[in-house]
Amino acid sequence: MEYNLIAGSSPHIRSSESTPGIMRDVIIALLPAAAAAIYFFGIRALLVILVTVLSCVASEYAATRIMKKSTTVGDYTAAVTGLLLAFNLPPSIPFWIAAIGGVFAVVVVKQLFGGLGHNFVNPALAARAFLMASWPVAMTTWTQPRVDAVSMATPLGVDAVSSATPLAMLKSGGLSSLPLPDLSSLFFGNVAGCLGETSALALLLGAAYLIARRVITLEIPVAFIATVALMTWIFGGHSLFTGYPLYHILAGGLMLGAFFMATDYTTSPVTFKGKIIMGIGCGLITSIIRLYGGYPEGVSYSILLMNLAAPLIDRYTIPRSFGGEKSNA
Amino acid sequence: MLKALKAFKGGVSLPHHKHTEHCKTVEMGIPKKVAIPMLQHIGAPCSPLVKKGDRVKAGQKIGDSDAFVSSPVHSSVSGTVTDVRPMLYPGGFEVVCVEIESDGLQEIFEGIAPPVGLEKKELIRAIRDSGLVGLGGAGFPTSIKLSPPPDKNLDILVVNGAECEPFITSDFREMLENPGGIIEGIRAIMDLTGVKKAFIGIESNKHEAIGLFSRRLKDVPDIDVVSLRTRYPQGGEKQLIYAVTGRRVPAGKLPSDVGVLVQNINTASFIASFLKTGMPLIKKKVTVDGSAVRNSMNVEVLIGTPLRDVFEFCGGFKEEPGKIIMGGPMMGVAQFSLDNSVVKHTNALLAFGRKDAELQKESVCIRCGKCVNACPMELLPIYINACVNKGRFEETLKYDINNCIECGSCSYVCPAKRHLVQSIRYGKAELRKMASAKK
Repeated sequence: MEYNLIAGSSPHIRSSESTPGIMRDVIIALLPAAAAAIYFFGIRALLVILVTVLSCVASEYAATRIMKKSTTVGDYTAAVTGLLLAFNLPPSIPFWIAAIGGVFAVVVVKQLFGGLGHNFVNPALAARAFLMASWPVAMTTWTQPRVDAVSMATPLGVDAVSSATPLAMLKSGGLSSLPLPDLSSLFFGNVAGCLGETSALALLLGAAYLIARRVITLEIPVAFIATVALMTWIFGGHSLFTGYPLYHILAGGLMLGAFFMATDYTTSPVTFKGKIIMGIGCGLITSIIRLYGGYPEGVSYSILLMNLAAPLIDRYTIPRSFGGEKSNA
Repeated sequence: MLKALKAFKGGVSLPHHKHTEHCKTVEMGIPKKVAIPMLQHIGAPCSPLVKKGDRVKAGQKIGDSDAFVSSPVHSSVSGTVTDVRPMLYPGGFEVVCVEIESDGLQEIFEGIAPPVGLEKKELIRAIRDSGLVGLGGAGFPTSIKLSPPPDKNLDILVVNGAECEPFITSDFREMLENPGGIIEGIRAIMDLTGVKKAFIGIESNKHEAIGLFSRRLKDVPDIDVVSLRTRYPQGGEKQLIYAVTGRRVPAGKLPSDVGVLVQNINTASFIASFLKTGMPLIKKKVTVDGSAVRNSMNVEVLIGTPLRDVFEFCGGFKEEPGKIIMGGPMMGVAQFSLDNSVVKHTNALLAFGRKDAELQKESVCIRCGKCVNACPMELLPIYINACVNKGRFEETLKYDINNCIECGSCSYVCPAKRHLVQSIRYGKAELRKMASAKK
């Protein structure tokens, strides 16, 4: 008998990896940090996360429907954007501002530029910058974590005490402006700050998962963090080489930015050299903003600026192919 | 046993599916009818030397060409020519085929005799007339590789026993079943070309073969076994040469440009058997496997046998086949009809059920860069794909498109299931068209 044979092009087998699978891994990797946020900032952190995730997913659905494209909610990328956006907001952010952030990230930054794979900057970070410019007070009102640094017990009812982030304290008074939170508080996350950046430990756990699952590679994060360490060590003190790099690594959004934001596929280079350049560029801009700029923190702006440069970086870092002539760029 | 000198960048780790590795090769016997294509090699097609109604015998030359890059074809059976007609070939072009109805007697052609007492040059000519082409899959005429231009100084022979494609075990079986023949063939190639050193490259997961050859070659100083990293495409010519010798074949150049001659395991053993018997290439070791095949096995098949007969010999299909592949799942060619023939470079026939054959839907590129990390040629498939899709073919030259070996690693890893290597093939073809239009 005759069979109806499919005569497609090789390869005839494909790996089991898929876009939704990768995004699911990213969500799993962000869960420890989400748990840390809820632990340190209470139920409100959870609500902020829910608001941004819902806002992003709903925006994605509505935008694709209006533009008559097949819906892409099922690939989980909008959920990832929502989660990352929440991680970049202070716990006390009014819900409606958080929701607007989600709409801006998905509709303006992502869908208007062509949707998945076509946004020119990281949607979550662009939304953060947009909210920062629009509601600067709400975006910089920090709450003290509810857990006492010494006992680690959870005192109930202590809520919304205004505070400054460690980097802001460092900026206003330098290392002498005690009491700065100690390193272990920074590492575990018992400090004021954005939701997701609070616990370096939780972020590193997630990052280790992403690296083990080969979702991200180490080039960008290592170059990014190493550059910040070097810059803040050289220029961060009162004289050269007297800075406090460990503090700069653990404080603020560096861990979150280096492992989860700067490594965003769409807005980072794909070549090895390009990734190193991306990491170093992010590190330089972050350090310059932190040490000399008007803001205490520069991670998100550094990544946004390097996002813009990513296509150019790729174009000028075409590698020499195996046995090929020198690169043609 | 030696370790590989170098590890190529990129590549992918594939499921092996070597279900047939312990299946001893079985002779299939004589089919009722064979259809022998006049093009079973890289180069110019042959012109048929027989016409309808002619009687032919096994081993008789039935097609040849005067072109430099070409290889004659021989009848694989004795019988009567029933037709000489063009047949559609996978790839979308027509090839003249000689159809022969076998008389079941398998009478051997009278002119066949072992090539003894010949000069090197005559011997290479005899190998050309045996119809031998590279049996690893590409099908380049072997005699041309054995007589490189005088300015190319060959000093290393690399015998390819990597067999990095999933499912295929025909080289592995040959290594276990005919190690003596392989070594004799290697010796003959070394004598013919004056190459002083030979390496047999075998992927590390085939320890039986590595062990066997290490023992046999213990006291042979000029032939060594090299254990290769098990990683696709380790058997790619340029990857293999790099792993074994540390030499990089420049883009657009041949192995002979770096002094290396590569031959497949089965090519080497065929040379040995040809020198003994003078019998031209009329049969082939083929792995038959895949989810739709009832009995997975290794079969020795006469060239020209319809695929249908081979699958029937293996118990037929246990489910409706959705895809039939000649070759491995990574680089093999999907067949549109079971009437197509087994040819010289067929090393596997795979049949997959409808579920396994279904094409996956392409989604947008998320720029994950996995194709970049997987490319063994260190190219940027993501950008070549983007250029081709936009019709900007000349721009792909900037990305060295012609250095792509079409191994399919990029498409394999792509989480968006994009048809990366297919677009690269298309881009290359468009560039060739543009180049010939300019002339």
